[in-house]
Amino acid sequence: MLTIKNLHAAVEGTPILRGINLEVKPGEVHAIMGPNGSGKSTLASVLAGREEYEVTEGEVIFKGKDLLDLAPEDRAREGVFLAFQYPVEIPGVSSTNFLRTALNQVREYRGQEPLDAVKFLSLMKEKMKLVEIDQKLLSRSLNEGFSGGEKKRNEIFQMAMLEPTLSILDETDSGLDIDALRIVSNGVNKLKSPDTATIVVTHYQRLLEYIVPDFVHVLYKGQIVKSGTKDLALELEAKGYDWIKEEVDAAV
Amino acid sequence: MSTLVKEDLFENLLESAPANFTEARQTAKDLYLESGLPAPKEEEYKFTGITKKLEKSLSNFNQAKQLSVEETLIKETVFQGFEGDVLVFSNGKFLQEVSSSIEGLEVSDILSSSAEIGSIAKAEKDAFAALNQASFSGGISIKVPKKTKVEKPILLLSFNGVNDGQVITPRFWIEVGDFSEVTFLDQSISMGEEAYFVNKVVEIKGGLNSHINYYRLQNESNQAIEVSNIETDIQSDARFTSVNISLSGDMVRNNLSLNLLGSNSEGNMYGIYLLNGKTHVDNHTNVDHTIPHAESNEMYKGIFDAQSRGVFNGKIFVRQDAQKTNAFQQNNNVLLSDDAIVNTKPQLEIWADDVKCSHGCTVGQLDEEALFYLQARGIGKVQAKGLLLYAFAGEVMEKIEEESFKNHVVGLIQDRLGSKF
Ligand SMILES: Nc1ncnc2c1ncn2[C@@H]1O[C@H](COP(=O)(O)OP(=O)(O)OP(=O)(O)O)[C@@H](O)[C@H]1O
Ligand SMILES: [Mg+2]
Repeated sequence: MLTIKNLHAAVEGTPILRGINLEVKPGEVHAIMGPNGSGKSTLASVLAGREEYEVTEGEVIFKGKDLLDLAPEDRAREGVFLAFQYPVEIPGVSSTNFLRTALNQVREYRGQEPLDAVKFLSLMKEKMKLVEIDQKLLSRSLNEGFSGGEKKRNEIFQMAMLEPTLSILDETDSGLDIDALRIVSNGVNKLKSPDTATIVVTHYQRLLEYIVPDFVHVLYKGQIVKSGTKDLALELEAKGYDWIKEEVDAAV
Repeated sequence: MSTLVKEDLFENLLESAPANFTEARQTAKDLYLESGLPAPKEEEYKFTGITKKLEKSLSNFNQAKQLSVEETLIKETVFQGFEGDVLVFSNGKFLQEVSSSIEGLEVSDILSSSAEIGSIAKAEKDAFAALNQASFSGGISIKVPKKTKVEKPILLLSFNGVNDGQVITPRFWIEVGDFSEVTFLDQSISMGEEAYFVNKVVEIKGGLNSHINYYRLQNESNQAIEVSNIETDIQSDARFTSVNISLSGDMVRNNLSLNLLGSNSEGNMYGIYLLNGKTHVDNHTNVDHTIPHAESNEMYKGIFDAQSRGVFNGKIFVRQDAQKTNAFQQNNNVLLSDDAIVNTKPQLEIWADDVKCSHGCTVGQLDEEALFYLQARGIGKVQAKGLLLYAFAGEVMEKIEEESFKNHVVGLIQDRLGSKF
């Protein structure tokens, strides 16, 4: 589904990603871990198409297409979904209006009929249950004044609405209390299918108990320096990153 | 300065003024001849070089003669969904034959009215107000008696175009009695694409506990040059709300002044600039708090594309006696192009000590983070921009209480933003 080959990216001339290789197949869950500032969010942003990041080398193929060639909106329409580490507050744009515009544009791209108001609302109700999000939140401006946890929950709600094939969750667990974490993870798990894949960026093993990864990768200084199974996450939880940093830095 | 315009205007306009209100005209003429039009460096017109613009764009400084306006044209022009009365003007002249007659109101051509010309919009305050007072050639006087709720909005529909002259000088006198309510919609239509100059004055007198809405849509041709002086006096417990929507024109200067003369009165001034091309719009507003316990609210939002230019100047005076005043002012602007310019300046003069006043102005670009967020959800760039800009401007639209007008304006704005939802 997704093939990343030797991906280099820079921001304002400073290299951040320095040769990422990753293969994600349908049905898989990949966890990306790594110390602060190692490039995890940068990778997520580059995949979603944020313009500030300049890809200097490498390629990304998504469902046979050159992903880097597509505008951000077309990536979303193709099925890439990024749950933001820091969702943006947009005053004056109603959550409902926003979602309906988004969903119908995605549907149009996929050759589906737009949803009318009634169908849209019933779909919304159904998906709201999935992440147990409060109706009141959605009657407000998009993310405006939402708590950290509410924003994260709203990201997963949007994901449920848009039904992506590849979801990238950037620290969706940070800021969630235990109950919310369980609810959000359950939501993500229910949305999983043999045809979809998930990349979860996290610092905590805790999330991976709910969303169980097939692979765990460690990103450090813009490269994937270690990959393993879910046991690697346990090891990181116990030992921290120093041993990996030492290994890598010694090899340089 | 600018002798050309001064002399031409003098010859053609002042000398040919209708023979009524002779005293008011004479006073204004003397004032005008002393001051002339604003010189390039004049503080009040610093960013809006209107005199130069007139010299460059006009060649015939005569009053434009009346154009024929057929009923079919009026029907076609009145916006969809409008239900109310229409008062029609052709190059400033009130066309009674094709206008609604509104029961219970005293409506007459300004030239044959008992309007107190210049008692509210004073000629000494502005050269254009003086020029208008000396030379106005048409307009209307509308008097709403006491305790009258005018149920339907009144559309003041002006057709403007060149006809044996390029200057149009209308004057409106509006008097709203105690405890009365009325909503005016002011809209002008360009007939043809030639340059003309509208120099308009509107004087509004609001009685005790009166409620007056004055909504204005400025979407004339991109050759239209306009200066307007709209000034309102309101008494105790009265409320006046102005909403001014500017969408096009060549150079437009709006002087909007509000005098709060009675306690517990409320004045609101809202506006939108949504400009492209080379359109230049300047909103100069002035609120005068002279008595205690009054409130004013002001919010102007600007979106500037291409080489358009915006000017905002908001004066708030709080006189020594005006304790317990609440005065709020806000001007926010978004520049969509590197060539667009906005100058914004709040000017607060507060002599009372027990008041609540706040003001803020911002000039910024479209929020790129927000744009990316919307795109990342599958919304196309143009639509995403439209959503964000509409959200920015929408707050002003919410102030329009007349539903059909609001829908019309929202439609125009969404069309312009390239995003209908
Ligand atoms: N827009 C930007 N401008 C300048 N530097 C940036 C920008 N975005 C990221 N960086 C830098 O790139 C590096 C990687 O940042 P990134 O956000 O990808 O890290 P991360 O692995 O997600 O960290 P965290 O775990 O703290 O979220 C950091 O040093 C960061 O300061
Ligand atoms: Mg990050």
